[in-house]
Amino acid sequence: MYLRHAQLDLAALIAQVATPERGALVTFVGLVRDHHGGRAVAGLEYSAYGAMAEARCGEIVARAEREWPVRVALAHRVGTLAVGDAAVIAVVASAHRAPAFDACRWVIEAVKSEVPIWKRERYRDGGEGWVDPTASGGFQPTVKP
Amino acid sequence: MLLFARYAELFGAERLELDLPDGATVADLVSALRELPGGVALPALPFVAVAHQRATPEMILPEGVELAVLPPLAGG
Repeated sequence: MYLRHAQLDLAALIAQVATPERGALVTFVGLVRDHHGGRAVAGLEYSAYGAMAEARCGEIVARAEREWPVRVALAHRVGTLAVGDAAVIAVVASAHRAPAFDACRWVIEAVKSEVPIWKRERYRDGGEGWVDPTASGGFQPTVKP
Repeated sequence: MLLFARYAELFGAERLELDLPDGATVADLVSALRELPGGVALPALPFVAVAHQRATPEMILPEGVELAVLPPLAGG
């Protein structure tokens, strides 16, 4: 299961993929930021289309492991998060650093562009809103595949 | 079909049943949704997932598979 309701555990994800022959380990941890669009963020809620999100995450991991000589561990929080909580973690292990860095960058961009997860932010000024990355021009993956 | 996040709020439901004729396409489904109360805020070409895969507007809706209309993704 890639979607987690409990706090993400970086050490447990590392343990999934770290082995003696993999001398490079790259991790990406996405944290809840305290600001967005000039507003102070108090917290947020992630919701997901669970079945499709699990399927997409599985495909992303499988694609990365086909494209590069790596093993990937991936987890994304859902539910209510506080500022500073880990929202997503990708851990990529490989014999050498180059494929580990490339695959990790690709995995996190693929998660952002393909996995059906939504974010509703609560602001310190009392407002709330759904985050729409397409409204301000989103990042497009530039790393293969 | 299933609705999520902002779109579930637009329509006040996480699940809607629509009667569409045989051979109806993804675009027909979106047009029917846009005519419902709350539907004007739906974009002309939203992300529609058929059996968890992104569907094109001209795709004919298959029977007995899960349909979902997805707001812009915001994970990560």
